[in-house]
Amino acid sequence: MNPMVKAEGVHKNFGRLEVLKGIDLEVQPGEVMCVIGPSGSGKSTFLRCINHLEKIDAGRLWVDGELVGYRQKGDKLYELRDHEVARKRREIGMVFQRFNLFPHMTAVENVMEAPVQVKRESRAEVRERALALLDQVGLADKANAYPNQLSGGQQQRVAIARALAMRPKLMLFDEPTSALDPELVGDVLAVMRKLAEDGMTMVVVTHEMGFAREVGDSLVFMDGGVVVEKGHPRDVITSPRHERTQSFLAKVL
Amino acid sequence: MTNQADTSTVDDRGGAPAPPEKISAVPVRHPGRWVAAAVLLVLAAMLVHSLLTNPNWKWAVVGQYLFAPRVLHGMLLTIELTALAMAIGIVGGVIVAVMRLSPNPIVSGIAWLYAWFFRGTPVLVQVIFWSFIAALYPYLSLGIPFGTEFVYFDSNKLVPIFVGVVLGFGLNEVAYMSEIVRAGILSVDRGQTEAAEALGMTRTKIMRRIILPQAMRVIIPPTGNETISMLKTTSLAAVVAVGELFTTVQLIYGSNYQQIPLLVVASLWYLVLTSVLSVFQYYIERHYARGTVPLRARGFRFGRAQGGLS
Repeated sequence: MNPMVKAEGVHKNFGRLEVLKGIDLEVQPGEVMCVIGPSGSGKSTFLRCINHLEKIDAGRLWVDGELVGYRQKGDKLYELRDHEVARKRREIGMVFQRFNLFPHMTAVENVMEAPVQVKRESRAEVRERALALLDQVGLADKANAYPNQLSGGQQQRVAIARALAMRPKLMLFDEPTSALDPELVGDVLAVMRKLAEDGMTMVVVTHEMGFAREVGDSLVFMDGGVVVEKGHPRDVITSPRHERTQSFLAKVL
Repeated sequence: MTNQADTSTVDDRGGAPAPPEKISAVPVRHPGRWVAAAVLLVLAAMLVHSLLTNPNWKWAVVGQYLFAPRVLHGMLLTIELTALAMAIGIVGGVIVAVMRLSPNPIVSGIAWLYAWFFRGTPVLVQVIFWSFIAALYPYLSLGIPFGTEFVYFDSNKLVPIFVGVVLGFGLNEVAYMSEIVRAGILSVDRGQTEAAEALGMTRTKIMRRIILPQAMRVIIPPTGNETISMLKTTSLAAVVAVGELFTTVQLIYGSNYQQIPLLVVASLWYLVLTSVLSVFQYYIERHYARGTVPLRARGFRFGRAQGGLS
């Protein structure tokens, strides 16, 4: 079986700034990988490379055995067209730090938008599924609320439902609880934990050490654009091998 | 949600809690507001009085021409001109705005050049040029660029004066609308595009379903402004004698020398039309405010700030 995500020597520059300096990682199907690290370590950038929101400058990146952003013929690479990139993204769900719900649509319309507009599924069918998903994230009664009528935690759960509506095989979370009031974090983490238990493959950039320890199958510590340490969450958190990991954990735990 | 029994102390005899004593204080007086109101009322009364009593306004003549068929026909033409010019302006404005934001430097450069030229030359000149396009290009033809031509048109027939005027106003408006639309598009948070991209939407779909509906909130108010402005700008068509409202009253007072009452007639109709447009604008704005305004805060108000006289 192919790894769900495979990165080989992934580099990314913003102008002269080298943000990723060669990332090698594998995420197996069903695995929940948590990525931690100080801000500016490149962890969000790496996540955004996985669904080609950022173009990588060197190395290779595969999702489910297929090259991200390119097609390979012989030893030549061809850039994918806009609609080809879009098609691949349909199989990857993404949840953002700032939720990014569509403010002019109700919660259920947010969830329905992509399946109806992108996959051309029937409205009635999608609506039923959207309502079921909202129920799953505990927001059955908020289906007709607009995002600005919802709390941050509720918005983030709608955002998760919106991503799930496309039936993705991989979910990316970019600091999903960092913009939330502390008492709202638990609801969102509970939804993510349920998702993990159901076998979803997840890459989670987070600062929630409790979540990483209890739900994560693996933990990656990034700093300065490289993977410093990778292992089972319990091992990395309780007995980090690298000095940088130790000093980071000492500050956040 | 607040429950008195929860928040105030319950007395030990178990009776109902005493309600908190409401503050009764002497409110701050605002004598300045009374003075300002009085001064303005007196001035307004003087204005109304002079409008009614000065015989030079010739209200009888105004009444005589207000609903004259010629005037009404002129008004209809004004509405038509405005509607067509704004239709061109809005559609073209969206296109030029999207071109301006294109990653292709030639496309965005051309869009910039368009706005530069059409905003930089007087609309009156543009209208005259388009109306008399036949003087510049007597024949128009379709064919291979710089090569063979297949079909010929007589410019005079292809672009009659009315079409020329519509093009003149419309193409000028495209330049202004493109800047308005561009500002609207840029006002939408970058995260919206990323979220839509992550869901697998294509660029055109993102623009149509996600960006433009949100940009509308920023686009509508200045567009209403532009429409109202256009309504009155169409009076410039008088120079090429299209019989819209202003030309019509000019023709009438040219023969009966009743300039003032006829200009009043035109102004009254322009006022009516702009008022109708303002109401339309209110409803369109409300439609696009979905998800941004709490429902109960909506209501038709004529720019009333909070306050009172006392």
